[in-house]
Amino acid sequence: MTFDSHIRVQDLNVFYGKQQALCGITVDIPDKKITAIIGPSGCGKTTLLKSFNRLLEPIDGVRISGKVVVDGENIYGTGVDVTRVRQKMGLLSQKPYPLPMSIYNNVAYGPRIHGIRKRKDLDEIVEHNLKIASLWGEVKSRLHAPASALSIGQQQRLCLARGLAVQPQIILGDEPTSALDPCSSRHIEERFRDLKNRYTIVIVTHILRQARRLADYVLFMYLGELIEHGPADQIFSDPREEMTREYIRGVIS
Amino acid sequence: MQWRRFEERLFRVLMITASLIVLMFLGMIVMTILIRGVPAMNLAMITQTPKGGFYLGKEGGILNAIAGSLCLAGGATFLSFVISLPVVLYLNVYARKNAPFSAFARFSFDVLWGVPSIVYGAFGFTLMLFLGLRASLLGGIIAVSFLILPMMTRAMDEVVRMMPEELLTASYALGATRLETAFRVVIRQALPGILTAVLIAFGRGIGDAASVIFTAGFSDYIPTSLMQPAATLPLAIFFQMGTPFPEVQERAYASALILTVIILAICLISRLLTRRHRRHVIK
Repeated sequence: MTFDSHIRVQDLNVFYGKQQALCGITVDIPDKKITAIIGPSGCGKTTLLKSFNRLLEPIDGVRISGKVVVDGENIYGTGVDVTRVRQKMGLLSQKPYPLPMSIYNNVAYGPRIHGIRKRKDLDEIVEHNLKIASLWGEVKSRLHAPASALSIGQQQRLCLARGLAVQPQIILGDEPTSALDPCSSRHIEERFRDLKNRYTIVIVTHILRQARRLADYVLFMYLGELIEHGPADQIFSDPREEMTREYIRGVIS
Repeated sequence: MQWRRFEERLFRVLMITASLIVLMFLGMIVMTILIRGVPAMNLAMITQTPKGGFYLGKEGGILNAIAGSLCLAGGATFLSFVISLPVVLYLNVYARKNAPFSAFARFSFDVLWGVPSIVYGAFGFTLMLFLGLRASLLGGIIAVSFLILPMMTRAMDEVVRMMPEELLTASYALGATRLETAFRVVIRQALPGILTAVLIAFGRGIGDAASVIFTAGFSDYIPTSLMQPAATLPLAIFFQMGTPFPEVQERAYASALILTVIILAICLISRLLTRRHRRHVIK
């Protein structure tokens, strides 16, 4: 078995009740690159993203077949420890949801549940990850203030720090800038560019310009099917499929 | 145009009137208790147990009932909380969102909520006979728990249900188990609502007479064990009110004043605690 990809999706089908949300998706996500999943609303982008860390299961009536192989292990296989799978990935949602606790405890939450108890270690982890998320300067004097008091842009960076604190190898972003103002969005995008040498980043976006700015690799989806995937340059300049061309030109949306 | 302005005004007046009616009744109740209770109020009322002939107008106080009520409502609140917290966490964190079992459980609690307290009293009494218990503090605690459990559970459930789903997802995404998520995220987020639910249930429990009349019994002494009968404030009021002596009846109002003050204190405490914990809540 080769481990050239963190995430390999093999013939993945997802149903919500009777409706099929993903149809036979097979794709390898390149390592240490930013991969953007693009496509019109309701095409299954978010479903595909959530399938990577098994966050589809809490949804009512969901059925999943096929494989998602992370580091050589099918995460939908039997006997898989789901908390370990999720620990490998940080998640940024559309709207930031800090946990109902202080800024410090938000970042320390993950490390604590994974067994880090010493105050000194936690202090270091918190400082380190807040710095990576470029939030440290803004919050170092009020680490024990409620996270709910931060602005929404700061909250999203806090969520990034929180996700990084469990030392994932992969960062998943579900339209992570869609609720943010342009300035905060740029902040997050810059973070992604800094982080891509060390992490495999997958983002869902409906902003084509964002995909152009950030992505190294692009997946184009339409109505639950993966229409085309390839390096960003090729997808944006010379897509193979007519549908991709039309979407990028703005004919279909 | 004219009609719409008139309509707007009319309804505003109606709504204000309705609010005033509610306030008026509250005011009247408080005034009655104050006017009739304060003159009969004295230190002995809250520091002494009834002496012989208390119900004939002789000396003594209702410390037995104050202590009994606090122990009973406190015990019942604790017992209900220990049962309702796992129920609420199960329904909201573990069970599937629209599982038939959850719907059935919620429906059952709503039905139980509507059961009159005298029925819980009678049921508790039957249960005690079956178990060979006598009227006692423990019996009262169990009966009052029946009464307040449904309301506490549903009140907490409604608060926890309001939580954004993404908050749970955020915790799961960090590799947390459901249990860790329940205790570290759900409870914290819902803490103000949980506190309110607990204190409302306490207030309901301490004020109820019908559920304790057979189960807790009555006693002129402060209970020293769970197996002894215990006096309660609502029953003390009832007994004092039922005597033919005006001065004892006045004491009933003083007792009502004490009960009202306790409930008022509970409301204030719940407000304060809620405010302190609200700052962490994510909207």
